[in-house]
Amino acid sequence: MRRFSWFNATSLTLGFAFLYLPMVILVIYSFNASKLVTVWAGFSTKWYGELLQNEDFLDAAWVTIRVAFFSSVLATVLGTMAATVLVRAGRFMGRGLFSGMIYAPLVMPEVITGLSLLLLFIGIGLDRGVFTIVLAHTTFAMCYVSVVVSSRLVSFDKSLEEAALDLGCTPFQAFRLVTLPIIAPAVISGWLLAFTLSLDDLVIASFTTGPSATTLPIKIFSAVRLGVSPEINALSTIMISVVTVGVITASILSKRSAVAQQRDEQAAAQATG
Amino acid sequence: MRRFTLIAVPYLWLLALFLVPFLIVLKISLSDYALSIPPYAPTLDFSAGWQGIKDLLSKLDFENYVFLTEDALYWKAYLSSLKIALISTVLTLLVGYPIAYGMARAAPEWRPTLLMLVILPFWTSFLIRVYAWMGILASEGVLYQFLSFLGIVDEPLKILSTNTAVYIGIVYTYLPFMILPIYAALEKMDDSLIEAAEDLGCSRMSAFWLITIPLSKSGIIAGCFLVFIPTIGEFVIPSLLGGSDTLMIGKVLWEEFFSNRDWPVASAVAIILLLILVIPIVLFQRNQQLQREAEG
Repeated sequence: MRRFSWFNATSLTLGFAFLYLPMVILVIYSFNASKLVTVWAGFSTKWYGELLQNEDFLDAAWVTIRVAFFSSVLATVLGTMAATVLVRAGRFMGRGLFSGMIYAPLVMPEVITGLSLLLLFIGIGLDRGVFTIVLAHTTFAMCYVSVVVSSRLVSFDKSLEEAALDLGCTPFQAFRLVTLPIIAPAVISGWLLAFTLSLDDLVIASFTTGPSATTLPIKIFSAVRLGVSPEINALSTIMISVVTVGVITASILSKRSAVAQQRDEQAAAQATG
Repeated sequence: MRRFTLIAVPYLWLLALFLVPFLIVLKISLSDYALSIPPYAPTLDFSAGWQGIKDLLSKLDFENYVFLTEDALYWKAYLSSLKIALISTVLTLLVGYPIAYGMARAAPEWRPTLLMLVILPFWTSFLIRVYAWMGILASEGVLYQFLSFLGIVDEPLKILSTNTAVYIGIVYTYLPFMILPIYAALEKMDDSLIEAAEDLGCSRMSAFWLITIPLSKSGIIAGCFLVFIPTIGEFVIPSLLGGSDTLMIGKVLWEEFFSNRDWPVASAVAIILLLILVIPIVLFQRNQQLQREAEG
């Protein structure tokens, strides 16, 4: 039996307080009527009102969502392909280089990724804007997706796919009907990861954007550089709530499907036994 | 044919958008600064064919790298990035270990919830989590109000815009990366080992040092690398929480590029940063490899 001591309880309490208090404080101060962050002047939702009337922020939010959507979809497709290549394609010329290019962006500092892509875009004379940010985000997010998906591909039984091929499926059908449903949870979490990475990114977007496209992180960064702003507090509160609701919903759904799968497997085991 | 397409599409994408850009940085780091568009020379003249490439190669030199070693700003920035990364890794370990330990000892039905509570901040915007500390650490911010309410301090705090604020920011944002691998190692641990040690006369403290710590070594090492490697090139934390005297190489590179517009030097800074990162990355890979082999 494990002993859960006072020391354990204290470190957990303090640890989670440290992780969550800053965000709680941020949320509380977003309802502060005063413009000064240091003075509490009563409850007010006026910063939310001002935020919703600020065209700049709304435009930036729209740019960010478009970039995140397109880059995460592209990254999921490319990342799943790359994972399949890594796990299933066997030997081919330049395999070492390929896996190197998948893993290197994961440890590459963002400033370098951003700088190198910007120099490429300038070199080939591509106009910078939403399109170039999408290209940049797709490139680094696809590596994350392929790591998530390949860990699932490694653990699943290749013979299922081979059985489908023996029974007359084309390789593409076998992938769509057998492999894809099995790796689907990993593909979905890879997509979610790609989406949030893109929503979050400041450094790479700053390098690869042009004057026409300002994303939300770029906007937030230039607003808070000079100090705390109540509008940004309100915006942060909205973003924190969206993420919290999203993550909790996702975890409840995945727990349910795990329970359902377990039940199916037990039923199957009983039927065969 | 299908196999060819499957390999070719992601391969070409990564070649065009990862390898080629990297080679461009390498090439520009060997070029000279020039008052032109683009602001460096020489440029590759494709129309001249082979002769153009030969001309280009003959004009490249290591001048920018020599410049970096001569100007104290740069090597001070590299050293100070390493120092900040090292200190904050140790601090993150000190804060993270007790949390991971407490999680591993909590009742099994509580663990998934605790795990989710550790992962949740990771999904929230990094920028917002760093920003949250600006209001807390400001000279008359939330922390000051709290401490002066308790009567502990009576003059405004001097934490924001110092290295202390940078340490707090790094520990806060990278804490989940430290907790998760250590928790994973501790959770697998067999408790009967501790009981055996205590039966044989070990005190609780020495059982912890002799058994728990060595058995969670792989998690500690993985966590430290996961914090140390990205911290070296960090930009957001030093620029929001640090002061003008906080030297970190990610910030220097950003300023070199956006403010000074010296692309060749910025590229050389980037290449040296990568060379520095190669060592911890290779060590990390080797550690992960050993661990996989140990687990069979």
